[in-house]
Amino acid sequence: MKRRPWALGAVVAVVFLFLYAPIAWLAIASFNSSRSLSRISGFSLQWYEELADDSRVFGSLRLSLQLALSSAVIATVIGTLAAFGLRRAFPGRGLWTVLLSLPLVVPEVVMGVAMLGFFVKLAGVPLGFGALLFAHVAFSLSFVVVVVRSRVSGMDARMEEAAADLGASPFVVFRTVTLPLVAPAVVAGAAFAFLLSFDDVVISSYLTGVGSTTLPVFVYAQASKRGISPEIVALSTLMVTATALLLIIGVVVASWRARRAGSTAKLAG
Amino acid sequence: MTGFSPAEASTPDTFAPVEIGLHGVRKRFSDQVAVDGISLNVHEGEFFSVLGPSGCGKTTVLRMIAGFVDPDEGRIELDGNDMVGVPPYRRDVNTVFQSYALFPHMSVWDNVAYGLKRKKVRGAELEKRVGEHLELVRLAQFAKRRPAQLSGGQQQRVAIARALAAGPRLLLLDEPLGALDAKLRKELQIELMRIQREVGTTFLYVTHDQEEALVLSHRIAVMNAGKIEQVGYPEDVYERPATRFVAGFIGTSNILDAEVSGVDGGFVALTAPGAVNLRAKFAGGVSRGRKVAATVRPEKVHLFDEAAEPPTGWCVLRGVVQDVVYTGVSTQFVVGTPGGELVAFVQNAQRIDDAGAPGQPVRMAWDPEFTVLLESSDG
Repeated sequence: MKRRPWALGAVVAVVFLFLYAPIAWLAIASFNSSRSLSRISGFSLQWYEELADDSRVFGSLRLSLQLALSSAVIATVIGTLAAFGLRRAFPGRGLWTVLLSLPLVVPEVVMGVAMLGFFVKLAGVPLGFGALLFAHVAFSLSFVVVVVRSRVSGMDARMEEAAADLGASPFVVFRTVTLPLVAPAVVAGAAFAFLLSFDDVVISSYLTGVGSTTLPVFVYAQASKRGISPEIVALSTLMVTATALLLIIGVVVASWRARRAGSTAKLAG
Repeated sequence: MTGFSPAEASTPDTFAPVEIGLHGVRKRFSDQVAVDGISLNVHEGEFFSVLGPSGCGKTTVLRMIAGFVDPDEGRIELDGNDMVGVPPYRRDVNTVFQSYALFPHMSVWDNVAYGLKRKKVRGAELEKRVGEHLELVRLAQFAKRRPAQLSGGQQQRVAIARALAAGPRLLLLDEPLGALDAKLRKELQIELMRIQREVGTTFLYVTHDQEEALVLSHRIAVMNAGKIEQVGYPEDVYERPATRFVAGFIGTSNILDAEVSGVDGGFVALTAPGAVNLRAKFAGGVSRGRKVAATVRPEKVHLFDEAAEPPTGWCVLRGVVQDVVYTGVSTQFVVGTPGGELVAFVQNAQRIDDAGAPGQPVRMAWDPEFTVLLESSDG
C-alpha cells in the first residue's frame, strides 16, 4: 500500500481545526472593537477594560478561587488518606472502593439535587460558600482517591521494607520513601480536584447564594440571560488561558521530574 | 529424622561464635504452617545458605530474622540477644531483596547513603563510606545515575552495596540473583563470593537453586515443608544426604528399596532385587530385616558389558539400557533394573564404546563407599 503522509496530515489538521477553531474564534472576538460576534471590525481592549470595572466578576473569581483551593486541599488530604487506607486488607475493602468511586458515574444534575437536598434542606447549611465547599469536596474526593490509589497500590511494598531495614523509623520511611513516591499522584489529584471545582457549573448552580456566585455560574447566568456579550467572551478567553497555562505548567513539571527519575516517575493523571 | 546419617555430626563449630541462633522457631499463617519449629546456628563470618523449593518457608525464616514477621514461637538471637519483637529498624541486620527494592527517586549514591544517614553518619565520613561501598561493587562511575538507568545486574549490585554500607552484623540475601539470566547469575555468584571474602560480613543466603548453594556456601541448611532436613557442608549434603528429600532435591539420586541382611565388617549388607553384593558403609542404627533406601549418585556408577568384570567388592546391579542421552562432557544412561529405572553419568573420557545402544544388557557397578542409606520412605 502506498503511504500518503499528506492525507494523514490533512486528517490531523481537520481534527485540530474542529477542536481549536471555536476557542480561537473566542479569543479573536474578545479583541473585536464592535459588539458584533460575527463581524470583526478592529482591534480593541475595551471588553477587557469593561470586565476590569465589573466588581461582580472579581467577586465571582475570588469565590471560585477560594472554593477551588480549599476544596482541593480538603479533598486531597482526605482522598490521600483514603487511598492509603484502602491499601491494607480489611473486610469489605472491595465495597468501600466501589463506594468511593461511585460519585464518578452519578449524573451531575442528580448530584446537584442530592447535595441541595442533603446539605442545605436537611442539614441546614446556608447556600453559598459553605454549601459549595461541602459539595465540591464530596464530588472531587472520588477523583483524588482514584488517582492516588493507582499510584499507592502500584508501589512495591518492599521499598518501604527496605527503608525500615536500613534503619528508618515508620515516620522517616513515610517522609523519605512513601511520600516522595506518591507525591506526583497527590499533586495530580490536587490539580484535578482544583480544576473540577473551578470548572463546575451544574452542581454549583444549585448551591450558589445571593451575592456568592462562582465564576462559571456567573458566566452561564449572564450568557443565558442576555446572550453572549463581548464581556463574557473576554472573560471566557481569560478562563481558557488560565486553565491552559496550568495544564502546560503541569506537563512541563511532570516531564522534568520524569527525566530526573529515569522512567519511573510517571504522572498518574 | 534419620537413624543413619551423620547429619548432626556434620555441624561442626569450626567458625567463630554463634552470631545468629534460631531456637524452636514456628510461624503459622492463617491456614498453614510456614515454619515448623526450626533451630539453626550461623557463625560469624560464614556464608550460610538456606536451600529449599519455593513455599518451603525459607523466605519466612529470613523475614523473621529481618524483623518483618514475628514468629509465633521460639527465639531468634543475634549475638545472644533475643530479637523477637524488636522492629526491623532497630536490628543490626540488612536485607538484599530479590526485587532489588531500590529507591527510584534517589541516585545510586543516595541509595547507598540511606542506611548511613539513618545512623547519623555525615560529611566526609559519609562520602568515604559510600565511596568505598560503590568501589566494592565496582559501580563508582554510576554514582549519579538513577536506578532505572542501570541494568538488572547493576541494580542488584547497588542493592548489595546499600545493604552492606549500613554496616550490618548479618546480611540477609533473599534469592538476590533470582531475577537475572543464567550467565549474569554466574558472574554475580563469583562477585558475591569475592565481596563476602573482602568484607567478612556473615551472609545468610536464601535460594531454591541447589547449584548456587553448593557453589557459594560454607554451609547449607536444606529446608522442606517448614522443617530443616539437613545442615552441613556442601560436600555433606551432596555426598551424604540425610533424607530422601535431600537426596532428590540436590542433584540426581538413584534410590533402591533394600533390606538389611547383616553387618559385615565396616559395611552393612543389603538385599535388593537384581543386586549382587549391595553394601553401604556402617553408620549405626541398623538392624537385620530393616527396610531401607539405598541411594547412589549417578556419576559414581560405572557401566560394564558382558565381557568386562567389575572390580571385586563393588555393588553390582543388572539391567538393560533404555535410553542414552549425550550431553557433551558426559553421557547419561537410563538403565531398567529389577529395582526400577536408574541413571548413570559416564564421563565421555572413559566411556566404553559398545555400552551405548538401547536394549543392551549391562551391569551397573559402584564402590560401596558411595552407597548412602536412608529411611525407606519419607513418611
